[in-house]
Amino acid sequence: MIFEGLSEKLQNTLQKLKGKGKLTEKDVKEAMREVKLALLEADVNFKVVKDFINRVTDRAIGSEVMESLTPGQHVIKIVNEELTALMGSGQSKLTFASKPPTVYMMVGLQGSGKTTTCGKLAKILKKQQKNPLLVACDVYRPAAIEQLQTVGSKIDTPVFSMGDAVSPVNIAKAGIEQALRQGLDTVIIDTAGRLHIDDTLMNELLEIKSAVKPQEILLVVDAMTGQDAVNVAEQFHEKIGIDGVILTKLDGDTRGGAALSVRAVTQKPIKFVGLGEKVDEFEPFYPERMASRILGMGDMLSLIEKAQSNIDMNKAQELEKRMRTQQFTFDDFLDQLQQMKNMGSMSQILQMIPGMGGKQLKNIDVDDRELVYIEAIIQSMTKAERINPGIINGSRRKRIAIGSGTSIQQVNKLLKQFEQTRKMMKQFMDMEKGMKKGNKFKLPFPGM
Amino acid sequence: MNEQQPTSFFNKLKQGLSKTTKGFSDRIDSLVNGYDILDDDFYDELEEILITADVGFDMTMELLDSLKTKVRERKTDDPHIVKTLLKELIADALSVGDRNIYIEETPSVILVVGVNGVGKTTTIGKLAHHFVKRGTKVLLAAGDTFRAGAIDQLEVWGNRSNVPVIRHQEGADPAAVIYDAIHAAKARNTDILICDTAGRLHNKKNLMNELGKIFKVVDREYPEASKEILLVLDATTGQNALQQAKVFGEVAGITGIVLTKLDGTAKGGIILAIVKSMGIPVKMIGVGEQMDDLQPFNAIEFTNALLGD
Repeated sequence: MIFEGLSEKLQNTLQKLKGKGKLTEKDVKEAMREVKLALLEADVNFKVVKDFINRVTDRAIGSEVMESLTPGQHVIKIVNEELTALMGSGQSKLTFASKPPTVYMMVGLQGSGKTTTCGKLAKILKKQQKNPLLVACDVYRPAAIEQLQTVGSKIDTPVFSMGDAVSPVNIAKAGIEQALRQGLDTVIIDTAGRLHIDDTLMNELLEIKSAVKPQEILLVVDAMTGQDAVNVAEQFHEKIGIDGVILTKLDGDTRGGAALSVRAVTQKPIKFVGLGEKVDEFEPFYPERMASRILGMGDMLSLIEKAQSNIDMNKAQELEKRMRTQQFTFDDFLDQLQQMKNMGSMSQILQMIPGMGGKQLKNIDVDDRELVYIEAIIQSMTKAERINPGIINGSRRKRIAIGSGTSIQQVNKLLKQFEQTRKMMKQFMDMEKGMKKGNKFKLPFPGM
Repeated sequence: MNEQQPTSFFNKLKQGLSKTTKGFSDRIDSLVNGYDILDDDFYDELEEILITADVGFDMTMELLDSLKTKVRERKTDDPHIVKTLLKELIADALSVGDRNIYIEETPSVILVVGVNGVGKTTTIGKLAHHFVKRGTKVLLAAGDTFRAGAIDQLEVWGNRSNVPVIRHQEGADPAAVIYDAIHAAKARNTDILICDTAGRLHNKKNLMNELGKIFKVVDREYPEASKEILLVLDATTGQNALQQAKVFGEVAGITGIVLTKLDGTAKGGIILAIVKSMGIPVKMIGVGEQMDDLQPFNAIEFTNALLGD
């Protein structure tokens, strides 16, 4: 893949730097060329890239790197730091109005994913014990209202609409009144997608804005947007003023350089990212992680956090004990599988591991259905078989295969994998002991 | 497809592209007028213009190299020649393959694929209108059973041009919808069946496999129909569009590209790299939100509109 090629190249260049005790200006310039290329291929705006490279070069040529023992790593560190600084430091949370209802207004180009994002935002607000109301102000796109209604019913959230014959400004106003009447504390207004250069529609947004006085206007931006992201963000910000950005479709294989461009032009924080079509696939935005992604360094932090939030700590401790005593059974295995499934699809998880984006993953196809078969096979085993797989003989294998709708080969494969897993567990245990001694997750730079 | 009068087509195109064109041709003009000779600074600035048009780094370098060679051949360093030469190069890069959508041979089936939010359903609505205007009998298949509201959206478009829509409910098997639509198309002697599909990111293996299943149904049930598989790309998309084209190309055997949302300020420059590296022609471009705003693509006219006369 083109992007991976670039990050490999970047890593190679920096690898060369690593071997050197001293860096020359030429070394740095060469490395910066690769960084520039990586950023451009990631769709970061040309001007933003230029400024960025100048800043990093100045710092890298300065004394701090020259005197460092590991100049190569130091250069990467600077790149990463500057990138993160550009992206804004720390996580930016939603704000709430002092007097309810808090109104959020979603704006953006056609197809950026506003309506889907409305649903996701509502879901997150519900998790925070809020009662949101969705207001359907997209009266232009055919069936946009129906879409919002369906989204709303999926997450059990009321949707206010007045059809497509009423002006969006009036719908928005009536929506707020409705929220007040029903005692709903947050309102999310879905607006029609529009071109940033369409004055009529932009004025309509302004009218909605002055009619409902939103707490936040959130610009929804497709992560795959190219160089034009700058124009879009600039225009929306200039004409109506935005308070935050939501980046969508980040579950694709785009580098998402648009994030940098938008941030650089508006100076407004990116608050959330959309990671899929399901309502739950929505997360707060972490600048450091995005910096790593743009440079192709994986997203180890997200993975760790995902694992932490989805794995039951008590169960994990119990499992640890079992593993240490080599009593790991198929029941535990099944449990693990289910916990892993909570973390997202296999390919999603793998993508977050640094280096996995590169050649290691090129030939591996991860099929989530594989897991379904495994589950079925384990569930076709008896209790005794799950605890002691050693007793599974030929006729038992045949029964399990029939019971799970798989083949004997598949059952055999699983049994073999299970044995290997048991062995691997032991190795993991040793690793974990090491980690407890204080070497907590160190974000590794691949290839360094 | 080419029955329209060239003048009206060109004006419409120019009008639709006016925003896309503006930044681009203005910048090229001011570049050309701002320099007396073709030096490194000139090429640096041209590089910037091309990259900010999403042409991409590699393709930009390639264009600049070819440009420099051509300039050398002409033995000139007058910046004004650059515009003409660049026009030639771009038109050349975009003139690939057969740009007709096969409707002469009926029956035919058009499958429309792409990632989420590029404008597939809207494109189908406009395509239907385009064909109905030519007196063709069209049928639509609501194959996007995933996105909320997608089926209703297609139905609204169908009503606008009086074209029937074959639909199941949300969540139904898209291959089954296509199956029914094919049989309906046969029974009703339809000329063109246009199938919508759910938007899918090209890196989602399972969803791409689902697409394979739809194609199998079409091959098996409708072997007599000539097939057109259109990939819809959003002009605002950056370098990722190339990846989209590659993966969809592998899975779906794309026969043509529809480039949408060219009425914004985005230039859709990535299309150069796509057409060049994959040899798939651009067949239609979307230049607005009205029914008529889907236009057949013509490389030379497009380049003229983009770079100015």
